[in-house]
Amino acid sequence: MYNYSDFDEAFVRTRAAQFRAQVERRLDGSLTEDEFRPLRLMNGVYLQLHAYMLRVAIPYGTLRADQMRQLAHIAETYDKGYGHFTTRQNIQFNWPKLTDIPDIIDALADVQMHAIQTSGNTIRNVTTDAFAGAAADEVADPRPVAELIRQWSTDHAEFQFLPRKFKIAITGSAEDRAVIRAHDVGLELVKRGDEIGFKVLVGGGLGRTPMLAPVIREFLPKADLLPYLEAIVSTYNLMGRRDNKYKARIKITVFENGLDTFRAAVEEEFARIRPAFSGVDQDVLAGIEAQFAPPAFKNTPVEFYEKSLEVDPLFKTWAKQNLAAHKVENHAIVTVSIKEHGATPGDASADQMRLLADLADRYGYGELRISHEQNVVLPHVAKADLPAIHAELLRAGLATANVGLISDIIACPGMDYCALATARAIPVAQEIATHFKALGLEEEIGGIKIKISGCINACGHHHVGHIGILGLDRAGVENYQITLGGDAGPLAAIGERAGPGFAYDEVVPAIERILRAYLAIRADREETFIETFRRLGPAPFKEALYSEARDAA
Amino acid sequence: MSRKFTPKVVTANDLREGCVIYMTETGSWSMHHHEAELIEDEAIAELRLLKALGQGDRIVGAYLADAKPGLKGPEPIHFREVFRTRGPSNYAHGKQEAANV
Repeated sequence: MYNYSDFDEAFVRTRAAQFRAQVERRLDGSLTEDEFRPLRLMNGVYLQLHAYMLRVAIPYGTLRADQMRQLAHIAETYDKGYGHFTTRQNIQFNWPKLTDIPDIIDALADVQMHAIQTSGNTIRNVTTDAFAGAAADEVADPRPVAELIRQWSTDHAEFQFLPRKFKIAITGSAEDRAVIRAHDVGLELVKRGDEIGFKVLVGGGLGRTPMLAPVIREFLPKADLLPYLEAIVSTYNLMGRRDNKYKARIKITVFENGLDTFRAAVEEEFARIRPAFSGVDQDVLAGIEAQFAPPAFKNTPVEFYEKSLEVDPLFKTWAKQNLAAHKVENHAIVTVSIKEHGATPGDASADQMRLLADLADRYGYGELRISHEQNVVLPHVAKADLPAIHAELLRAGLATANVGLISDIIACPGMDYCALATARAIPVAQEIATHFKALGLEEEIGGIKIKISGCINACGHHHVGHIGILGLDRAGVENYQITLGGDAGPLAAIGERAGPGFAYDEVVPAIERILRAYLAIRADREETFIETFRRLGPAPFKEALYSEARDAA
Repeated sequence: MSRKFTPKVVTANDLREGCVIYMTETGSWSMHHHEAELIEDEAIAELRLLKALGQGDRIVGAYLADAKPGLKGPEPIHFREVFRTRGPSNYAHGKQEAANV
């Protein structure tokens, strides 16, 4: 994993000291709120409904055990004992006092972390596959490239005041567990012969105008990445609209000008600046890659693991649901669900963070990941250690075997916290999870992705949920629109709106009608909800949603 | 004919702590919505908001929110403002927390 250079350390410490002074000047009246706001936003400090919120970057979702312990310490010392992991693999603290935030920033710097560029119209934290460096199906570990992009984009003088925020995601696997088609720039590591390069996508995004990113370059040689990215962002910086906030994202720039025009402008700029990249970036990348060398994997036999699968049904269910294939045969990737039925998606208590850090130290080579689906991942675990890990998770209430099931919901903070929200998202997620558990239908329904946003900005990715739920304010009352058929993976799709929205207490029954229809019409138990949807289209689900109301009318 | 004015309260967040606060009739700040001044005249509401905005060393994000008279004092109308009087629905944090009641 990456360790800060002296440059990184000095930069982060300088920014921490600057921010401390800015807060002091705000408090003594030297700075007005209008002057202070852009400064606090550059350091991830928002004003939410009930309090300030601090968004801390977790670069490409990767954490060391000591960093996770520090997050627990911050949660306990300065917040209310928990943190909230987001769909961009970051963590948010919901209750910091402004007067404490400089100390929190210092505490983060102590473990090589920060909150820089987690807000504002800049290049944000680069996200990636939570299984990066461990997945059996990846071409290469995308994290060294993500770190290179972090170094290039941090405090990049040209890109501090873009028309709008800018989000990059990178995957090393064609399976795409990073939703690259819904990002401003999506990168997929691909192979052409023996050469590794990138497929480059541009102009995706969710929000009020959801669009899937088209491919701007089928194959970009590895060494061309930074000049090509710089050309894309420079072109956007000049061509992007600044007259209308809602038309300022690159997806609109690409859409309004057309991909061919945008590509031509990028290629021209690329040709102009390419010679200036002398290869120093590739030397830096080589140094970063060395730091991401895989750990020395244990050579333990798998018999005990296989025996446990036979004799322990709880373990077997958890293993089936929460493990993924590791590139090393006798290892597995563990997704620890922090979404026990009824829990808030993405929230982890300080105790849970500490336990996960300890498990990472004892069994997981000290590594943790935060997934965009708001769970915690131990990327490298020897299969021989899985029964012991499961037993410890079970004791701590963290062994919920629901990864990929109906209760594994993505939800934004919604109007329980967010100042932009138009309705609540969290309690809807909680009720769906507990309701289907009580019905005993979770396993029967099988794999399904429900994603909930509390406003049109779509932080909860509702457009790419198999079932998406969007909370709106309709004449002063919470109202929820349902979308069907979205997908976040390699078959990415924007869900289509099913019809009129539902009142707060009608949402869970509506979801139940959709899923009972699915159970009745699926070809067999193997056919998942999204597969049934792709085969039959939305009609039977709309019928289930609205026929009752029609009959009653 | 102009539309009937919906009464307002002035609300903001405390600069240091971040918590939700309301302006009272004396111009001081209270943690409780029912202690807010219910402003029934549009021109006065704008003046009160200006007064609040002038206290940038104490408060942040002041605005006028719709309210109505209630038994104990002004009550919020919109659900967003109702949530702001108590805190989130997933934990008993914020104003609903025992220590803050």
